[in-house]
Amino acid sequence: MPSKTFAGKTVEVDNEGFLVNHDDWTEEMAPEIAKEEGIDNLTEGHWNVIRFIRKDYQKTGQIPTIRRMKNAGGIPTNELYELFPQGPAKKSAKIAGFGKPQGCV
Amino acid sequence: MSDAKYEAIKKVSIVVSKGSLEGVYPGLIMANGARMEGIEANLFFTFFGLEAIIKKRMNKLKVATVGNPAMHIPSLLGIIPGMSAFATSKMMKEMDKLDIPPLGEFIEMVFDAGTKLYACKATVDMFHLSMDDFCEQTDSIINVGKFYEIAAGGQIIFT
Repeated sequence: MPSKTFAGKTVEVDNEGFLVNHDDWTEEMAPEIAKEEGIDNLTEGHWNVIRFIRKDYQKTGQIPTIRRMKNAGGIPTNELYELFPQGPAKKSAKIAGFGKPQGCV
Repeated sequence: MSDAKYEAIKKVSIVVSKGSLEGVYPGLIMANGARMEGIEANLFFTFFGLEAIIKKRMNKLKVATVGNPAMHIPSLLGIIPGMSAFATSKMMKEMDKLDIPPLGEFIEMVFDAGTKLYACKATVDMFHLSMDDFCEQTDSIINVGKFYEIAAGGQIIFT
């Protein structure tokens, strides 16, 4: 299994760079993962999404879908697409330290 | 990760031509899924597919229980009043578990995701409809020539 170092911490990742163990994730790692995804600066808007994903996972054991982010997290879908262009579900999950989303919606 | 041998799909234009629930949803799921992958997406609603964006009808779409062998309901039972509504509600419940929204919300979701929605001019004329009949997410009424213009440089998927 490949590994990567973010914020001085070496963690296991899959072939696409998603963290294998979401418990390895720390907030300090997020900006560095984001940079790899072409997001140079994590704004409060980004953090709002990241924190919701982390919190919702604690509650449901699953990462939220785009629909759930809107309905349960109050994150408008168009805003999510602006924050994480070219793949909002994948990119936000990756930056929040989770594996690639497996659902179709 | 995409296979390096092939160039990634950058744009899709999906034609929705059927007005049953199972006729409309695959196109919406594919358009939404395209946007989730950063692929440009257009939806072109034609013939009975237009029902999906007609304000008064969009939340009343039903699963076809007659002439649909994969439902495993004999057609004779499929005609019983309420059968289609029953099958629709069962399917909607299962879809809700997967976070696939009811139609109105789904249209809003694909629109917010950046999908452009178009109504087919020939059908609009045939059914005597106008822009006022369509949900607000509808971009415009276009003819088939314009559709090809909009679809240029991408893949076309007919459903």
